[in-house]
Parts: sequence; structure tokens; C-alpha cells
Amino acid sequence: MIPELGHYALVLALALALVQSVAPIVGVRTRDDALMRLGSSTALVQFGFVAFAFAALVTSYLTSDFSVANVYENSHSLMPTIYKFTSTWGNHEGSMLLWVLILSLFGALVAAFGINLPATLKANVLAVQAWIASAFYLFILFTSNPFLRLANPPFEGRALNPVLQDPGLAIHPPFLYLGYVGFSIAFSFAAAALIEGRIDAAWARFVRPWILVAWMALTLGIAMGSYWAYYELGWGGWWFWDPVENASLMPWLAGTALLHSAVVMEKRNALKIWTILLAVLTFSLSLIGTFLVRSGVLTSVHAFANDPTRGIFILVILVVFIGGALGLFAWRAPLLKQGGLFAPISREGALVLNNLFLTTACLTVLVGTLYPIALEALTGEKISVGAPFFNLTFGPVFIPLLLAMPFGPLLAWKRGDIYGVAQRLMAAGALAILAVAIVLVAQYGRATLAPFGIGLAVFVMGGAVSDMVERTGVFRLPGATARARARGLPRSVWGTAAAHFGIGLTLLGIVCVTHWSDEKIVELKPGESTIVRHYHLTFEGIVPRQGPNYRDQIAKFTVRSGGAVVGEMMPSKRTFVARDMTTTESALMTRGVSQLYISIGDARSDGSIAVRIYYKPLVLLIWLGAVVMAFGGGLSLSDRRLRVGAPKPAARAAMQPAE
Amino acid sequence: MRRVAALVFLLALHIVPALAVTPDEMLKDPALEARARALSKQLRCMVCQNETIDDSDAPLAHDIRVLVRDRLTRGDSDKQVIDFLVSRYGEFILLRPRFEWRTAVLWGVAPGVLVIGAVTLFVIWRRRPAAAEAAGLDEAERRKLADYLGSGDS
Repeated sequence: MIPELGHYALVLALALALVQSVAPIVGVRTRDDALMRLGSSTALVQFGFVAFAFAALVTSYLTSDFSVANVYENSHSLMPTIYKFTSTWGNHEGSMLLWVLILSLFGALVAAFGINLPATLKANVLAVQAWIASAFYLFILFTSNPFLRLANPPFEGRALNPVLQDPGLAIHPPFLYLGYVGFSIAFSFAAAALIEGRIDAAWARFVRPWILVAWMALTLGIAMGSYWAYYELGWGGWWFWDPVENASLMPWLAGTALLHSAVVMEKRNALKIWTILLAVLTFSLSLIGTFLVRSGVLTSVHAFANDPTRGIFILVILVVFIGGALGLFAWRAPLLKQGGLFAPISREGALVLNNLFLTTACLTVLVGTLYPIALEALTGEKISVGAPFFNLTFGPVFIPLLLAMPFGPLLAWKRGDIYGVAQRLMAAGALAILAVAIVLVAQYGRATLAPFGIGLAVFVMGGAVSDMVERTGVFRLPGATARARARGLPRSVWGTAAAHFGIGLTLLGIVCVTHWSDEKIVELKPGESTIVRHYHLTFEGIVPRQGPNYRDQIAKFTVRSGGAVVGEMMPSKRTFVARDMTTTESALMTRGVSQLYISIGDARSDGSIAVRIYYKPLVLLIWLGAVVMAFGGGLSLSDRRLRVGAPKPAARAAMQPAE
Repeated sequence: MRRVAALVFLLALHIVPALAVTPDEMLKDPALEARARALSKQLRCMVCQNETIDDSDAPLAHDIRVLVRDRLTRGDSDKQVIDFLVSRYGEFILLRPRFEWRTAVLWGVAPGVLVIGAVTLFVIWRRRPAAAEAAGLDEAERRKLADYLGSGDS
């Protein structure tokens, strides 16, 4: 009964979405307030129905109802409850349901918190949002229904893929989807602005919180996915330039550009057309990502949807929405008036430069991801585009961006003084040069690029700190004055500095791990030891252990540093009973922000095992930096400016949604 | 979910996971072994999705790793090893495609977009100062404004 109710709720959500697609727009045309307001009600109720459908599927999973085909395929009665729960979205159908859940959640949030949006804008936004929702409800109901029953229910399920039985699955997909789908709001706002043919700085202020929320979620989602891959895949890499990773990186790059261009639009009423285009493109990239992963066009997704009907369905959605939005853009954008002028050397100029580099980086990833597919489709020739290509092309685009980054926030709007800014960045620059010199001397003749990488990271972090030192006057003014100034600064200023500092942290982690990781591949018998960096590791032997739905063969290692035992590490081979599959569970030991990492091979008959041991210096900074970036986004989001409306053009919007 | 998809696929290939590079494959000469590892990171395990032979535990990856080390011990240069592998397995084995006419767009996109973008911006900015001046006040307007403001020193 419950799955049928869930199914029915989804159909009702579709019906509401169809109403919401038309009614508010008609309301705007006929100036009918009641019709315009209808959009808000349908958005809220729609979310209620989708949430019900989602809860129904979760219930089927938690109760191990194997009469539901989706539950049978992906769950097992012996799995721990947390994995029964996360299995809900650990498969194609369930993950699409999570997708529309988040989509309808954002629609409902706009309806609930957008009370002060101009009525016509809100009506149009909700209508566009409903178009997207309708398309995806139809997709689920026609090609990916998670509520289908089996005629002869089996006694036991086939279990979730063992690699996915990990806490990562509880965090990574929801955050990633919050990011992907969150950009749909920016898309809807852009489409609504184009439909109205009118756009001003207030628009940018309305849309900015939504962009921030999506960007923060995507940042955390990508970071979580990267960390998960790092410990799960067992060879210590943290980014593989896999098409599925690129699919999430592209909206992030475009979204970061959007975040910055929206600032220019909000403050200076400039870059309007470009911002609208970016809003459209960012969500389009989310849709392309969904298409790439869901359609099976990438060879890497055999395991997922391979059914061509799904691929074609998503392709149609993709073409209609991207094509439609770009068509609308081409038709209506000329109506939008350009605003504020600025000199090339100015805050706006710096943000334009940021956009140029981020867009280029995004295009590089897009072309690199699609090129092999296109080439094979057109000529039948097969080439590979992998990490060595992306490292070579992506780096040179990102390095100038990072070099320019500390200058941006220090430049004045309209017309900046580059020499003045350079003077204020003297301390950061000197620190960076010092860092380069120290590393060069210490590493003489070895790593050639590493010192400059470290220098760049120091410059980026130092630049963010200098910015705040400058603004608070902490070393120039008396303590009390500086504190008062620090309190008086808008939160978004702190947010910018924090996010930029986070980038520096991530870069520092990347440089250190890339250049100074130690790796040791050895064969060890029980009782034998090996040394990695200053750690002395002794293999004690293999012990079995029984888990809830798996058997472990644990290899015990004692780790000593300077003669003293600092801990035990227990990598294992884990055999899952239900699928008769074995995974390698690596062991991590965190020392400060560095990690020791052990991954084991198969045991030989004489009791020896092949072991890969890594020492990863400062590796945690890679993800910590991302958390700091997201924290910076949060600070910006809590800025008063985003809660209290703009004084003049947005007088109607006295209370603006914070999120 | 993208990452998840990758994991699922990787797992499908790793039914019996083992270590990628095993101790018995490794060469005694550390310099030669370092070259082998560096080369391995450029080569695709062709039955895998986007995995280097250095990372993969598929049997094919093992075979190619051994082959690379075999060629290196016989005194091949890095380029000779790559050429040999391409002649045997095709361009598909290279994770960094060579620059040719059919990969021109692939390699050209980043510099191309940067140059086009920079030129576009330059052109826009060259035009803008003129626009800015035109938008400014002329002498008559300035006097009028001073009148409105009720002072002569605007």
C-alpha cells in the first residue's frame, strides 16, 4: 500500500506542477493576483507530495519490502539501518527521486521566503521552476519509477553495492544535489527576468542568497566526494578527472563565476546580460552532468542507467531547457539595459578577469570531457582524455586566476589604484617570496615547481589576511578601534576573505601531497617492519572479524614514531556475503593534518601480504580548505544586506530571504 | 551521485581487488623504476574507465606494466616505449592525446577562449571610455546643475 501511495503522491505532484507551469504566467499576463499567488500554494503542496513519495520509498527500504523491485535490487535485510536508509538514493530511480525532492524543496522555499519578491517576478520564477519539475516528474514516472512491484516477491534482497555501503553515501549525494538543483533557482530567476524583459540590481540581490546556498552545498558535496574516493578507492588519489567528477566540477566553476558576476550586478548594476547568461549556463551544466551520468553515454556508467530511453528522455529535457533558455536569451537580452561603467583596473575589472578565467577553465573541462565521445561518434576513432591532459591545461588557466585573486577585494569599485593595492599586498608578497626561497633551498635540485606552488598558496592566504588587516586597521589603530571596525564590517567582507583563504589552504594541501607524498610498496610477513618517512610500521598478522553483513580479514599494523607506539592501523579485505564481493578497506591515521595511509593486497599462503603505504603530508588541508570556503559562503549568506532589502529599487522587498 | 557512479563502475572491475603495482613487478634499479612509474601514470588501462595502468589492478594493466619495465630494462627511451605501445594498442592508450589535427580543438580551446575573451574585453574597454565621456555632463549641463544646486562651485 505504501509504495502505491508514494507513486500516487508523485502523480499528484506532477498535476500540481503542470498547474503551476501555466497559472502564474497567465496571472502575470492578465494581472490577476489570485492566479499569480496560486504558484506559491502549489509549490508548497507540491513539495509536501514529493516529500511524502520520498518518505514512502524510505519506508519501503527501512522495512525491507522486497516486493518493491527497487528495494529488492538495492537492499538486504542484514544491512545496518543507516545503509538501508541511504540505499534509497544509492541507485538510479531513488537518486532521481532525491533530485526532484530537492527541486521541489527549493520551489517551496522560494514560495515561503520570497514574500517580498515583486509579485510578477515571483510568479514567473515559480512557473519556470514548475516547468523543470514537470519534466523530471515525467522522466521518473515514465522511465524510472522506483515504486514498481515484483509479482513474486523474493525473500531476500540483492544488497546495496558494497562500495556504497559507506557513510559517504549519506552526505555526498544530498549535498551534491542541493548544489546542482539549487542552481535551478538562479536559472528560473534568469528566465523570469528575460520573460519580464526587465532586470535591475535588486534582481541580483534577490537571487544571490540562492546562488550562495547552491554554491556552498556543491563545494561541500564535491569535497566530500573527493575524500570518499580518497579513502575508498585505495590508491590515495583525491581527484581523478573522471567524467563523473568533471560533471560536478563544471557547474561549480560556472557557479563560482556566477557568484562573482552577481556581485558586480548588485553593487554596480553592470554585467547584467553576462550574469543572466551565466545563470542559464550554470544550471545547463548541471543538466548536462545529469545527462552524462544518467544516460550511459559515458562508458563509466554501465553500472547505472544503460537504458537508451532514459538517455533520450534526458537529452530531450536538456535540449528543450538549454535551447529554450538560450533562445529566450537571444530574443530578450537586447531589451536589457547596460548599467554602470568602470575602468579596466577596478573591482569590476578584477571580477571580469575572474569570470574570464573561470569560464575558460570550465570550457576546458567541458571540451575535455565531451571530446572523446564526440570524436568517437563522428569518426569512430577512440582517444583518451585523462588526468595528464587536464593537469596540463587546467593548471595554466587557474594559476593566473589565483595570482590575481588577492588583488580583487582590495581594488576600489569603478576605478582602482593597482599600485596602491600592490603596496598593501607587499607583506603577503614578501611572505610568499620568502616561502619560495626557503622551499627552494630546502629542496635544492629536487622539486622544481613545488616552491612556486607553496609561494602561490602563501600569497593567496596572505592576501586574504592582508585584506582584513587593512580593513580593520588592526596593526595601525588602537585595539578598541580595530575591534569596533572589525564588528562594523559587513559579514560578506569576512566571507570573501574566508573563502579566498580556503582556496589557499586547498592549494597548499594539493602542492604538498603532489610533491612530497611518500609511497612504499612492499611485501611483509607477520612480524616484519618497514619505514615510511619517520614512521616505523610493524605488520602483526591477520585477524578475522565478523561484521553485520560482511567478513573482514584485518591486517594489524603497529605504528611507532621515535621508538614510541603512536597507534594501530587496521586495513582490511572485506567480503560481502550477499553479493560475494570483496572490497579493500584502507586504514588512515591522522597526524595533525597529515595522514598515513595503508592499503593491502591479497594474503599469500605463507601469511605475507603486499602492502601499499603512503605518507600524505598536509593532505587534510585539501578538504579543510573546501570547508573554509563553504564557511565563507555561510558568512556571506548571513550578511545583513541579504536580509534587509535594498533601500530604493527594492523597497518592496524589505525582508529578503536569508536562505 | 557522480562519484558514486564512478565507484560502482570501478568496483565492477575489481571483483577480486589486489594492489595495482605489486612488489614483484618492481625493478631493482630505482631510477628505472621511477621512470616506469612516471610512464605508467600517462597510460590508460584500456579495459578500465579512466584509470591509469599505475592505479589499475586489471590483468591487462599488469601486463602493460611488465611490458613497460621490460622495454625500459632493454634500454628504450621513454619516447620509444610510448611509440611502441601506441603502435601496438593505438592512441587510446594515451591519457594525454598527442597534438594532431583531430585533437586541435581539444588542445586549442583553453588558449583560444582566453585570447578571444581577452580581445573581446579589450575592444569593449577601448570603446567604453568614449561612451563614458559622452555620458558625462557637458559645460551647459554642468552650469544648469550648479543652478539647481543653488551654488556656483559644483
